[in-house]
Amino acid sequence: MKIVVCIKQVPDTVEVKIDPKTGTLIRDGVPSIINHDDKTGIEAALRIKEQTGATVTVVSMGPPQADVALREALAMGCDEAYLVSGREFGGSDTYATSGILAAALKKIGYDLIITGRQAIDGDTAQVGPQIGEKLGLPQVSYVEEIQEVAEDHLIVKRQFEDGYHIIKIKTPCLLTAIAELATPRYMSVRGIVEAYEKEIKIIGFEDLKDDLELDMIGLKGSPTNVYKSFTKEVKGAGTILKDVSAEQAVAAIIEKLDAKHII
Amino acid sequence: MSKGIYVVVEQRSGKVQNVGLELIGEATRLKEDLGDDVVAVLLGSEIEDQVERLYHYGADKVVLIDNPLLKEYATEPYTKALAAVVKEYDPEIMLFGASSIGRDVAPRLASRVRTGLVADCTGLRMAKTEEEIAKEEAMGCADGTRALLMTRPAFGGNIMATLMCPRTKPQMATVRPGVMKRIAKDTTRTGELIRFDAGLTDADMNIEILEVVKATKKAVDLTEAKLIVSGGRGIGGPEGFDMLRDLADVLGAEVGSSRACVDAGWIEKERQVGQTGKTVRPELYVACGISGAIQHVAGMEGSEFIVAINKNDTAAIFQVADLGIVGDVKVIVPKLADALRKYKEEKANQ
Repeated sequence: MKIVVCIKQVPDTVEVKIDPKTGTLIRDGVPSIINHDDKTGIEAALRIKEQTGATVTVVSMGPPQADVALREALAMGCDEAYLVSGREFGGSDTYATSGILAAALKKIGYDLIITGRQAIDGDTAQVGPQIGEKLGLPQVSYVEEIQEVAEDHLIVKRQFEDGYHIIKIKTPCLLTAIAELATPRYMSVRGIVEAYEKEIKIIGFEDLKDDLELDMIGLKGSPTNVYKSFTKEVKGAGTILKDVSAEQAVAAIIEKLDAKHII
Repeated sequence: MSKGIYVVVEQRSGKVQNVGLELIGEATRLKEDLGDDVVAVLLGSEIEDQVERLYHYGADKVVLIDNPLLKEYATEPYTKALAAVVKEYDPEIMLFGASSIGRDVAPRLASRVRTGLVADCTGLRMAKTEEEIAKEEAMGCADGTRALLMTRPAFGGNIMATLMCPRTKPQMATVRPGVMKRIAKDTTRTGELIRFDAGLTDADMNIEILEVVKATKKAVDLTEAKLIVSGGRGIGGPEGFDMLRDLADVLGAEVGSSRACVDAGWIEKERQVGQTGKTVRPELYVACGISGAIQHVAGMEGSEFIVAINKNDTAAIFQVADLGIVGDVKVIVPKLADALRKYKEEKANQ
């Protein structure tokens, strides 16, 4: 079984701070990481590899620097890595991005595709299902457990807000992973050494020309466009009580809640 | 020409979910500018008894797709049914709840019918100013007055982006539960029912659902809570939530949490408020020992009144607090619970 995991390199938003003067994000010095849900996907794939002898390929679309994320995935134990990268791909929304990744996946080949449910920077949860659609694959998203891996099917547990489904799905198929699926392992020292001996293969627009046209990708190929972006208005500051006793604080809270008819 | 504001209404176990009613409410507001009908699309099996409710909350029409294949949610039958609706009626706008169902079917559908989709919108409005209309038309929109502007948080919620979908229809968006408000129920309202045959066959069920398990315990629904007492790392440990539960009991509130506590295993994930948790807008949000990371604030800043208690006077949470207390939560929270208990007793005796 050939498993392909799609990963995205994202800024570690836990580290993102706001510039108090300009109200914008300070991105300088913010480390890049493999998106959490995607890393969970890598772990799930590696466990299947250990059980069944499957191979695990990792793919990322992004700028050349995204090779760091791919190296990390190799060091965790993935077998091969592809970086989908090119000027032509810039400005793609989820629709165009999924088209590019679907074309790359067609070239790479797969029996099972795993993506993270969503990336922490965009939070759309759209690229996974849209890859599934573009490749005409059955999908299960919000997978919290893979219970059985057989030659031609999987049995998975699909999370809902109010319960779960146990689902049998034939391969080839696509799954999107959530945090509950697996706790990612750390890179091993041997893995790190090996990762730097492995080649990261680059897939560019020229390589995908059979499936992609220029008007299907980038800004032009994206049905959604940004009208404008802006910093959110900060709500007017409220009352801050400092150097008060606990009793004074409690009295102040109760007075407010009473005035607001909350209690 | 594309026409109509379509709301895909989610039902679970045969019951319409609140997010659907909230979206119908929002659609009625868009209707004031666009003039098009509000059409609820209801998919499921033996769910016709839910149709009336949709009229009561603002739907002009209901497209009902009642089919045994739609009893439980599965990606392909739902996508195919909705694609048939798009093909038949050519909607101008289509809205979905950003639930684990909406976030599965909406992207799949958008890709199938070749249009754009904007996730987790917090604001929707029609283009109105000359500038907005001109920009939409410059981007390829045939009639800028019918263009939808969709605003969503990006990058953890600090930056907001307004997006448009100028060249393709429907203009599609998902909205998280609790973000929009439903309109007042009017039981005299009625509408037109359209029974729609989406042409589903058994072959469309391309997965096999072996088991359906509904959570037995009453699921916590923070998005519905009127009052929330929420804890962050500053409460010290899992036992810190005992103190918050006591305060919540006195208030009649639900307990929420920041991501840090959920990641640390102090409390269950369903209580997480924020970008990767729930978006809440209660009347009262008491943030205890929460530093106020932008991801957390994104999920609770819509609260009507925010009380923050934190010993660090530079904590970001104080920037959104209506009342901020610089002090030790472990001291203040128990005293607050006691004082509220006394206050309630006195009030009851008056």
